[in-house]
Amino acid sequence: MTTKYTEDHEWISVDGDTATVGITAHAAEQLGDVVFVELPDVGKSFSKGDDMAVVESVKAASDVYAPVSGAILEVNEALVDAPEGVNEGPENSGWFVKLKLADPSELDSLMDEEAYKDHAANG
Amino acid sequence: MTETLKTLPLDGLHRELGGKMVPFAGYNMPVQYPMGVKEEHLWTRSKAGLFDVSHMGQATLTVASGSHEDIARLIEELVPGEIVKLGKGRIRYSLLLNDEGGILDDLMISRFPEAVDAEGTLFLVVNAAVKDADYAYLQDRLGDRAKLEVLDRSLLALQGPKARAVIGGLVPDALTMPFMTTRPAVIDGIEVTLSCCGYTGEDGFEISVANEHAEQLARTLLAHDDVAPIGLGARDSLRLEAGLCLYGHDMTPTESPVSAGLTFALGKRRKADGGFAGADRILKELIQGAGMVRVGIKPEGRAPAREGTTIATGNGAEIGQITSGGFGPTVGGPVAMGYVPGSHAEVGTEVMLDIRGKLHPARVAALPFIEPGYYRGPKS
Repeated sequence: MTTKYTEDHEWISVDGDTATVGITAHAAEQLGDVVFVELPDVGKSFSKGDDMAVVESVKAASDVYAPVSGAILEVNEALVDAPEGVNEGPENSGWFVKLKLADPSELDSLMDEEAYKDHAANG
Repeated sequence: MTETLKTLPLDGLHRELGGKMVPFAGYNMPVQYPMGVKEEHLWTRSKAGLFDVSHMGQATLTVASGSHEDIARLIEELVPGEIVKLGKGRIRYSLLLNDEGGILDDLMISRFPEAVDAEGTLFLVVNAAVKDADYAYLQDRLGDRAKLEVLDRSLLALQGPKARAVIGGLVPDALTMPFMTTRPAVIDGIEVTLSCCGYTGEDGFEISVANEHAEQLARTLLAHDDVAPIGLGARDSLRLEAGLCLYGHDMTPTESPVSAGLTFALGKRRKADGGFAGADRILKELIQGAGMVRVGIKPEGRAPAREGTTIATGNGAEIGQITSGGFGPTVGGPVAMGYVPGSHAEVGTEVMLDIRGKLHPARVAALPFIEPGYYRGPKS
């Protein structure tokens, strides 16, 4: 299982042709207390970079983009009633969606952990 | 775009406390501290929050005759409140109006107490974003009939149910100060003007202090276990839950006191006699209604409706807009304010909110969203 990162602070953890997506701990910390999460419908397909979900903190609303193209297999329903789960476990229990990858080669354009740490520190 | 941001006297303290500084109204201001917006909000509702509001404008307006009635009559040309009968040591919330009855700003007008030898002088606190325009307007309209003096002072606000005990521990007489009164005081050797008022819906004080003593005063207050520093983020969610307008958002120069739902700021005598800027429109609207009016809006789901969100009827026809909206930590859900036609302004009216292209149900709600904690004075 490998985990990759986007410039917009999403993470994607890949297992075969499926992947779990969420926002990074850095993003969650920058957002502050998350009060609302809007998740896509299961079955819906997205292209890389599409608006896929919305996360709102006490401060503002932010889009969550599809890190790669794919179809939604599952969404984290627990976040709908308990959006604070994003802050509690941004890179594990606070995941947003599970995707079926349309084109695994798109992963090659994403950052590895080290490159993302650098990006987050300077972004 | 580069703009030169002004720095508050407490800038160093905000940074030392871990404040995240952002540009606001031309100043570098703390939007939050490490506690975070939500916890800062809840802290203020249960204990006491310290806010640096030194960006706000403080000024005095003085008439040469030294007569309260004279200065009151002058400012009454531009505000619709009862100022002539404002008692010594009392504060009035009022509105600076243009000749069309539009709101140029909201402001606090204080008459100094007996203990200060300043009859014929009013103390004004105005909004940061428009303070220079307010001063120019007052000078233009009052000319040499009154002298405006802008005060370069700091302003700290201590707000919350524990604020009175904290201030009372330093100034025993403050324990019985009713809401909307003002008096001079000495805290930790520092001369201050203590005003019982605020912008959170809680009991509390605003403390005007010389810039060079602001940090010492802030540290004295922060030394209390019940006091924590609070940023602009929580200030916004606190005032929103309290149903209080944010100038430039919930009230603008196109809105009148009637449309903005601020008719409580119109003095009884003023409504009968008029004689203030924009009185024609305002007195007419009092009878005929204002068309669009400001109301509270409670979304039924969890999605916050931010400023600019379209308010629609059940069948999707646009009727108005949200002017302030977000998440209310004390309410535990989204809260908002906006303008709708008078026909849709009754509490309980069902409306729809267009959030990212989807219609979400909401209802017109009574303001404030929380029970205010204002202290009106000793129970008789």
